[in-house]
Amino acid sequence: MAKPRIQPLGDAALLVQLGSRIDTALNSRAHAVAAALRKRSGIRDAAAGYASVTVYYDPERTSYRSLAAAIPKLVAHPGRVGPSGRLHRIPVTYDGPDLAEAADQLDLTPEQVIRLHGQPIYRVFMVGFVPGFAYLGPLPPALHLPRRRVPRTLVPAGSVAIAGAQTGIYPLPSPGGWHLLGRTPMRMFLPDSDPPSLLRPGDRVRFFPA
Amino acid sequence: MEPVLRVDKPGLQTTIQDLGRGGHRAYGVPPGGAMDRFALAAANRLVGNPDGAACLECAVSGPSLVALQSCLIAVTGADFGATVNGEEMPLWTGVFLPAGERLAFAGRRAGARCYIAVAGGFGGDRWLGSLSTYQLVGRGGLGGRPLKAGDLLQPAAAPPHPQVAGRHLAEPLRPAYASAPRLAAVRGPHFDRLSRPARTALWKTEFEVGKDSDRMGYRLEGQTLEAGGRDILSIGLAMGAVQLPPGGNPILLMADHQSAGGYPVILGLGRADIVLAAQLLPGEHVSFTETSVLRAQDAWRGLRAGLETL
Repeated sequence: MAKPRIQPLGDAALLVQLGSRIDTALNSRAHAVAAALRKRSGIRDAAAGYASVTVYYDPERTSYRSLAAAIPKLVAHPGRVGPSGRLHRIPVTYDGPDLAEAADQLDLTPEQVIRLHGQPIYRVFMVGFVPGFAYLGPLPPALHLPRRRVPRTLVPAGSVAIAGAQTGIYPLPSPGGWHLLGRTPMRMFLPDSDPPSLLRPGDRVRFFPA
Repeated sequence: MEPVLRVDKPGLQTTIQDLGRGGHRAYGVPPGGAMDRFALAAANRLVGNPDGAACLECAVSGPSLVALQSCLIAVTGADFGATVNGEEMPLWTGVFLPAGERLAFAGRRAGARCYIAVAGGFGGDRWLGSLSTYQLVGRGGLGGRPLKAGDLLQPAAAPPHPQVAGRHLAEPLRPAYASAPRLAAVRGPHFDRLSRPARTALWKTEFEVGKDSDRMGYRLEGQTLEAGGRDILSIGLAMGAVQLPPGGNPILLMADHQSAGGYPVILGLGRADIVLAAQLLPGEHVSFTETSVLRAQDAWRGLRAGLETL
């Protein structure tokens, strides 16, 4: 394990980067580090990214310097993450506004895009952006597209979308820069539950045409 | 408990806010809470509440409220011309509002958001540990929505004893609000991706706060910046982080920001400067100056020290 890169994010948060790849082992490590950090005094919250952990701390109770000194040891020996890994099967109506354009850019037919999108069992690498938005991957390389140049100001809830090596489902109407392939009626955001998200880090997801 | 205030006019966007909900970012829930966390804490201190009690956050214009029982209140943050029964009311001061009297606002003079505290704090719907209104999901505060005419506002608790009117936060102890502040920012994790001309432009430009700016964030316009490098993997974000989407217009993330994102993060504001940003409206201006983590933390401590005089 390479030494993590630690950088400030303002005066009460810091970013720990463990790597720059979408990788299950790196991601599991990030979640384990976040879970361990959440138990430390002076830590308000910790959220894992694909290959990173953002740590929100109270500078009156701990310091950037002491955290930066302690974190590499935690990254080397993070302990275990809790049990997880439920499999969710999610129906999709593939009629998204970007399906034809995405297929065109990928040099595929829309049917090929739909078939490729439904093939893998995806891993939930992280939940973020808005409540209940799960970042799923890895997406088959034939479907990789950069994000849209100008994000949409409003994407409807239930939109199933792709960007880079990722796919995901917008749980709420929100701004978004991903390519919209279709929509699902399944609810991703569960406001009356804690945690308020159907999908949790480590879960697995498979899409099928509705 | 009996309601303490009745809403006659709600103002443009008045919501119940406290210091937000931590601990749920791993499920995509942003911190939320007051945009100006200093003004909220000060309003609470002035009426004898704990710093994190729930207040009303009033954006752009204030409400018109009638006291249903006598109560101790304070108004801090933006200056919207607060009045009690038509007489000008001092800001940043604990004021006794007798039953039947009206707190109203003559109109905006400066700033974007004012805070109204009542002794005992405002009650409401608690969601994931906080009373803060999160409109995107319709949770927290008063049914997850802004106030409307006819709402009755409940206190969270009995007022603390003794109730002392006249506590005041002197002007030099308040944040240096401005309509074109120069905000101190720490270099973000992807600052190095900025091209040389983009770095120069970042520190020199006076950006305009875009028109679709809100509690989620401000789009900064007037100069686009260029960043190189491959797409980055999504990371957990923070209030006060400045992201750079591919269009080149930076976005300053505020209280209801997206919890994670994959655009380069070029700056992170300190908490004392987030407070200044919270008082900006679309069309106003902002520029950036570089600071360090330690200096930014000192700036926040300096500001907070003023509250200890109360």
